[in-house]
Amino acid sequence: MNIRHIPIIEAQTFSAEVLARFDKELAKYPADQKQSAVIACLSIVQQVHGHVSPEGEKAVAQYLGMPVMAVHEVSTFYNMFNLKPVGRYKINVCTNLPCQLRGGQKAIHYLCEKLQVEVGGTTTDGLFTLQPGECMGACADAPVLLVNDRSMCSFMTDDKLDQMIDGLRTATKEPS
Amino acid sequence: MNLDQVLAQFQSSGAQSCFHGRHVQPQIYAGLDGKNWHLKDYEARGGYQALRTILGMHGAEGMTQDQVIATMKESGLRGRGGAGFPTGLKWSFMPRQFPGQKYLVCNSDEGEPGTCKDRDILEFNPHIVIEGMAIAAYAMGISVGYNYIHGEIFQTYDRFEEALEEARAAGYLGDKIMGSPFNFQLHAAHGFGAYICGEETALLESLEGKKGQPRFKPPFPASFGVYGKPTTINNTETFAAVPWIIRNGGPAYLACGKPNNGGTKIFSVSGDVEHPGNYEVPMGTSFAKLLELAGGVRGGRQLKAVIPGGSSAPVLPASIMMDITMDYDAIAKAGSMLGSGAVIVMDDTRCMVKSLQRLSAFYMHESCGQCTPCREGTGWLWRIVDRLENGQGKAADMDLLDSVAENIMGRTICALGDAAAMPVRGMLKHFRPEFEHHITHKTCMVSAYT
Repeated sequence: MNIRHIPIIEAQTFSAEVLARFDKELAKYPADQKQSAVIACLSIVQQVHGHVSPEGEKAVAQYLGMPVMAVHEVSTFYNMFNLKPVGRYKINVCTNLPCQLRGGQKAIHYLCEKLQVEVGGTTTDGLFTLQPGECMGACADAPVLLVNDRSMCSFMTDDKLDQMIDGLRTATKEPS
Repeated sequence: MNLDQVLAQFQSSGAQSCFHGRHVQPQIYAGLDGKNWHLKDYEARGGYQALRTILGMHGAEGMTQDQVIATMKESGLRGRGGAGFPTGLKWSFMPRQFPGQKYLVCNSDEGEPGTCKDRDILEFNPHIVIEGMAIAAYAMGISVGYNYIHGEIFQTYDRFEEALEEARAAGYLGDKIMGSPFNFQLHAAHGFGAYICGEETALLESLEGKKGQPRFKPPFPASFGVYGKPTTINNTETFAAVPWIIRNGGPAYLACGKPNNGGTKIFSVSGDVEHPGNYEVPMGTSFAKLLELAGGVRGGRQLKAVIPGGSSAPVLPASIMMDITMDYDAIAKAGSMLGSGAVIVMDDTRCMVKSLQRLSAFYMHESCGQCTPCREGTGWLWRIVDRLENGQGKAADMDLLDSVAENIMGRTICALGDAAAMPVRGMLKHFRPEFEHHITHKTCMVSAYT
């Protein structure tokens, strides 16, 4: 039997700004219930670093004083966490029934064609990851999609999808 | 344009879903325009008067905890999250004399397919929820609360955080509210993409920083909730109804609706209508009227079916829907449920097999995996419906579908199992020939579905 080398995972280092945001979340909960802030902290890590890595999980675990495995249970349970790197813009298109009735499926197929990517895939330039999504609670605005978890876009007809993708491409090229 | 400017172009303004001027006697959505969500605007609409009243800020005596709960009972307000449990009764279950910490939780994890009413409340009238929660906290002797908001609506979450800051600065939240002995701290929390967290005990687990797997009941949250402490959980719209009830009295609220079905209700109308959106109407409004408010069936087509209370509610055919009123009792009598008030409208071009295929995929995806009948059963349901849809169904599949649904119902810790099984049984009850057609002809009875 081979004894496999198990890599030691170093905890990720976070900026002062990220830590300040962690503190703000932590302040909402009783001092002995720091774990309550885990979803918020992981989502901040994802917003800043693009995905939640094992190193990120370890750092959050240390910060909240909880086992790394308990953090991993959370990051694997909640669908919006990226456990692997994704494109610069992760697009989740809602395809649930109310959206399906108003062009949700059509929107995701249109994006597949436009971006030359399969559902679940990332464009070769690393800019866009396209994923289906479940109900986002915006059924009257169908078709709806989320960009990088935090920006919801409503009434996404083909014209608007074009406008959005082209706009994101341009905004990426221009230094802000 | 920078990145934020690009994306801001596509952000919903609420013009279509909320400010369409077609609400009927609105209470929660009354007078909103998208810009007037701030505390000052809310006060100008009579906001925080109810909180001042119960705290005795108008030279009057104020209201006791018992009086507030009695008013809620009189109002006939029933939980707007889906179960329709009487709110006043729920509040009376809280052990007010419990010596330790007690918690109040608002369930804003709005993910029931078809539902988008709480988003518009939190985004365009956040203070009504804050005031409702403060009143509830007062009535039950609770000093700490959380509003757990759906992870997909971050802009709404940020809006609610801003509103909380305003309320704290104005002294409506915090210690010694309005100079009274009443303390209430309220915080916002968010999920991150798990439908199951809309189930109240899964939400509590999530709030504790764990996987959102529902707890076995009993014990109920009133005795063992967040951190094992007594907790009351209500839906966003339920809390939003409270200030109006305190200002106008329980009987006035009851009179807005029907006996046992008090007040107004916000229906999220989606699918094949001209104007999808949220419509706040008196409880007991006819479905025909609601459909008319939403502009009727899209493109002048015929109504085929309606899922009247979110995707977990059994579907009802047009013939039944056009004859019923939109309230808990009438919809239950027709064999479905009012649920969260999400009305999914389907026209005569829609294939029921394809619709069920999508819903079954959803429940399979969202089962938390804790109970075998749900974890395995939702997969069975999807596989059967999927092969029916793809023309590979077998004659025995009809009975198999029925049997799997039957064996999930009532055999799981939470209601997600039932929620997956009920749409299947509703579809088979009312649209069985469509499913049989898929088996015998390997194709759809209706073909225009895209």
